[in-house]
Amino acid sequence: MNRFSYVRAAGVPEAVHEGSAKHVRFLAGGTNLIDLMKENVERPERLVDINRLPLNKIEDLEGGGLRLGALVTNADTAYDPRVDRRYPLLASAILAGASPQLRNAATNGGNLNQRTRCYYFYDPATACNKRDPGSGCGAIGGVNRIHAILGASDQCIATHPSDMCVALAALDAEVRVTGPDGDRVIPLTEYHRLPGDEPWRDNYLRPGELVTAIDLPAEDFTSHYTYLKLRDRLSYAFALVSVAVVMRLDGDLIREARIALGGVAHKPWRSPVAESGLAGERASRANFIAAAHALTEGAVGQGDNDFKIELARRAIVRALEQAAAGTPQSQTDKRVL
Amino acid sequence: MTSPTLTPTRIGDPVDRVDGVAKVTGQARYAAEQPADRLLYGWVVSSSIAKGRIVAIHDEDARAISGVVEVMTHVNRPQLPRFDHSYKDALCVPGSPFRALYDERILFNAQPIAVVLADSLEVARYAASLIEVDYERETHNTDFTVALADRFVPQDKRSGFEAPKNRGDAQSAYGAARCKIAADFHLPTHYHNPMELHATTVVWEGDGRITVYDKTQGPQNVQGYLSAVFGFSPEHVRVKNPYVGGAFGSGLRPQYQVYLATLAAKMLERSVRVVLTRQQMFSHVHRPEAVQSVALATDPSGRLQAIINDAATSTSRFEDYMETVCDWGLMNYACENASAEYTIARVDTYTSGDMRAPGAATGMTLFELAVDEMAYAANIDPLEFRLINYSDKNAMDDTPFTSKALREAYAQGAAKFGWSRRTPAPRSMKDGRELVGLGLATGMWDALFRQMAVHARLLPNGDLEVATAGSDIGTGTYTVMAQVAADTLGLPIEKVTATLGDSSLPESPAEGGSSMAASVGAAVQVACRAVAEKLLVAADQIEGQPLGGARLEDVTLAHGRIALKSDPARSISFGDAMSAAGLETIEVEDTPASRSGSSGQSRKSRNTHSAIFAEVKVDEELGVVRVTRIVIAVAAARIINPKTARSQILGGVVMGIGMALHEEALTDHRIGRCMNRNLGEYHIPAHADIRDIEVIFVDEPDPEVTPLGVKGVGEIGIVGTAAAVINAIFHATGKRVRSLPVTLDKLLDS
Ligand SMILES: Cc1cc2nc3c(=O)[nH]c(=O)nc-3n(C[C@H](O)[C@H](O)[C@H](O)COP(=O)(O)OP(=O)(O)OC[C@H]3O[C@@H](n4cnc5c(N)ncnc54)[C@H](O)[C@@H]3O)c2cc1C
Ligand code: SF4
Repeated sequence: MNRFSYVRAAGVPEAVHEGSAKHVRFLAGGTNLIDLMKENVERPERLVDINRLPLNKIEDLEGGGLRLGALVTNADTAYDPRVDRRYPLLASAILAGASPQLRNAATNGGNLNQRTRCYYFYDPATACNKRDPGSGCGAIGGVNRIHAILGASDQCIATHPSDMCVALAALDAEVRVTGPDGDRVIPLTEYHRLPGDEPWRDNYLRPGELVTAIDLPAEDFTSHYTYLKLRDRLSYAFALVSVAVVMRLDGDLIREARIALGGVAHKPWRSPVAESGLAGERASRANFIAAAHALTEGAVGQGDNDFKIELARRAIVRALEQAAAGTPQSQTDKRVL
Repeated sequence: MTSPTLTPTRIGDPVDRVDGVAKVTGQARYAAEQPADRLLYGWVVSSSIAKGRIVAIHDEDARAISGVVEVMTHVNRPQLPRFDHSYKDALCVPGSPFRALYDERILFNAQPIAVVLADSLEVARYAASLIEVDYERETHNTDFTVALADRFVPQDKRSGFEAPKNRGDAQSAYGAARCKIAADFHLPTHYHNPMELHATTVVWEGDGRITVYDKTQGPQNVQGYLSAVFGFSPEHVRVKNPYVGGAFGSGLRPQYQVYLATLAAKMLERSVRVVLTRQQMFSHVHRPEAVQSVALATDPSGRLQAIINDAATSTSRFEDYMETVCDWGLMNYACENASAEYTIARVDTYTSGDMRAPGAATGMTLFELAVDEMAYAANIDPLEFRLINYSDKNAMDDTPFTSKALREAYAQGAAKFGWSRRTPAPRSMKDGRELVGLGLATGMWDALFRQMAVHARLLPNGDLEVATAGSDIGTGTYTVMAQVAADTLGLPIEKVTATLGDSSLPESPAEGGSSMAASVGAAVQVACRAVAEKLLVAADQIEGQPLGGARLEDVTLAHGRIALKSDPARSISFGDAMSAAGLETIEVEDTPASRSGSSGQSRKSRNTHSAIFAEVKVDEELGVVRVTRIVIAVAAARIINPKTARSQILGGVVMGIGMALHEEALTDHRIGRCMNRNLGEYHIPAHADIRDIEVIFVDEPDPEVTPLGVKGVGEIGIVGTAAAVINAIFHATGKRVRSLPVTLDKLLDS
């Protein structure tokens, strides 16, 4: 861990000002950042502690949406009665992740901005373009069981590890940010980026920009939804593949279906083709299989993770079945419904 | 004062751990928590290559940091002995023990190559991050499957190691048989990863003596090792490990942190602490990777006609670690023709070593997978198959067991588990979308006994102290000692203080092999009996000899009093007896007779056995496995404390479930480096993976096995458990997964 200075920002403008300097990181729950600092992966010269900023509320929006403050913890978000009632998919996805202790400390803004769990990224003795641009990608041709099958580049095959963001992608959430050039709103699906030639950039946040909140639109996906997470043990492991589904049904006719995949790409993965292919169709296994193929179109394995392509397809089908049947996956009973 | 209201604690009572409160309230101090004046913190720098030479270590930037006292490397380290024999600890294996910072050679990835010593941990860690190292790389190989091409039988074998004994003509019998199976099974490398990181605090006493707080299973082994390596006279080295936060074998041999901390203390003549990181816990001892090739054949009635059980395990380039892998199958099953060949193969890693039930956890588990395959090939229920081939004696050595209640374990386990409701065909049982599988396996482990000494000291008020140098690695040794002492002198356990973990105490071997309860229990009993004898002699000094010169077998001891069995009304207190003889304390140090000393003992086999039943539910499409139920029936003779014993079995079973489904070191062979070096990515079971585990201790009286009739239960819980789970997975899915762990990808049908 390197030496760094520390400042506790008193207000949002101060945080943004402080955050605009070079080699600065915002400190929220610290569950990811501090680990990475101990491993010498993150070496900020200055930490701007944002925990005292007034971004710790969940508020109703006009028109029925909900605003989740960036500093509300993952646990408080998942257990908020409004979230639980109106956005059960989000509560479920959060509770599928990490452990109670971590969720108590982790914040919504931090969850969005958490970094990949790629083994090489974590180990400064190895090559990693994300950690050390130009050094190469250790995971390509290496140990890559947890790596991407979609949207990877020859520079980086990392995944974004969040569960919460997969649900947010399916819910068409929006990320509110503020920065030196003012405020902007970024759709969640356009918040994270693919690695391309700049794998060190995880998302489109600009220097100094701070996430202030996540907005959930007013839509009713409380009957037909599910978050299905598959991993190497039944709890406390990152997703090999996860699927968030929300659906609107008319009898057994699908009016709208949204499917987001986690654990398979550098961002939550959605496919307009797969989703529009389901709209107007029957909620049938054949159609679900077709959607699974459309969503995983172009998937390529890296060796250890070849199995993820088939696993993802099966998980998509199962998740669509769960959502259509109105029987969402429980996060406490580990039996897959 | 003797408290008459407190009833004597007896062997067999489920008493709570005597060290439990200290542990859960943070009062128990571990090696990294011992205070010392002017303590220096050492941060270990690890190599980033697997093999080659250090060309240069650039430590100027590190040295420039204020608070850094020294950067110790192979260049500036104090002088060290030249010959291997100085580095051989009591539990070493043949070869050339690793010497950190000895020279510029790199023998394995993440090898310690420097230690930064600073006034604070943070400064040491930061300075360490500034060190740059130039290497000259050499070709390495960490891929065991490649190394297998050069597998070999070492000339020089680990002490006590015996090659498996063949019988009959297994090859011909296998060739002639019609009903047979053959398959290769693979176990990846496992790292011990006790919760407590390997750590040492060396207190520089300033008068030529050092006190070393070390995470070890054997303080006297460390004492001997440090004396030999660093030229101390043994009286000047005192090693303490009053509390050990788990070890599973990783603390049997002195680990490199104790060597580095002592080297630095010697160099700087100051107290030094070195604590490894969790990542560095993946840079030293581990359970070897293994491949086992099993071929079995039966006659039409299911009787085994041939057992061929060959295995190879990994070791380093510099030492030959071997463990007993092949024997278990040969010992456990009646079969006239059996052969086994055990070899080892070298990879560029640290030397592998003992990890919970070394050899058996690998060899019995993988063998039991083959037994299940054979039972199916012979079309016989797997439990029935094991009973058909049951051996009342040790089938390899042709010796009787002191006891073997495995048949009862099968029967009681099967009844509790409900084995009879199992329908034999794979995929024949379902629960909704889940396939249900019921599986079975056998476990077997040694009932070891080691001679050790215990010091006992009784005060007139009934306070009793018992002490030995041995360790409690979290298994409950303190409790067992106190309990046996209390039982022998008829005291409540609250009156007994047990002391462990100090090399200056009476001689005790390292804690390992599940030998501690039987060994320390016997030693405590002998010492406390000797105390009782002295009490009787003292009692005879009382006017009128109220006990009439009674001998130990004529009296009962309870509530701090000695009473005549024939006339319980005639009794005297410990205090009165002692004051009559003018004694302020009664002190005894004693060692039980060695087991092999008594007649005929060496011709019997001493083993624990178990029958493990597992129920799994597997999602048919997604391969998600849930282990919903385990019943394990253990035949381990007399149980001193059912509560701590049950905890040991539970822990072993949990580890076995991890072996079946989770544990695996993932190595990038291009760089020879383990990549999932943290407990987030090196998976062991989480709470959600563990459901019902039921432990049955089968009645197995065995006065012969050890003086107390105790066999030990620290390891038997892991042996075979993974096989029960994987056999259940086969029953559920019809899939044979022969390479552990069974992750969900291995169950996806194409
Ligand atoms: C062992 C372990 C297991 C885990 N398992 C899971 C899992 O299964 N599923 C899952 O989804 N997650 C999992 N996590 C990750 C966890 O969810 C994240 O660590 C957490 O969400 C990060 O939040 P934080 O507030 O602690 O962020 P911090 O660690 O404080 O920050 C993380 C990053 O976000 C930046 N940041 C924080 N807040 C803001 C903001 N408002 N604006 C801009 N940038 C910001 C920081 O600068 C930093 O770069 C796990 C973590 C651990 C340690
Ligand atoms: S996948 Fe990305 S994060 Fe992982 S080693 Fe390659 S560049 Fe680094």
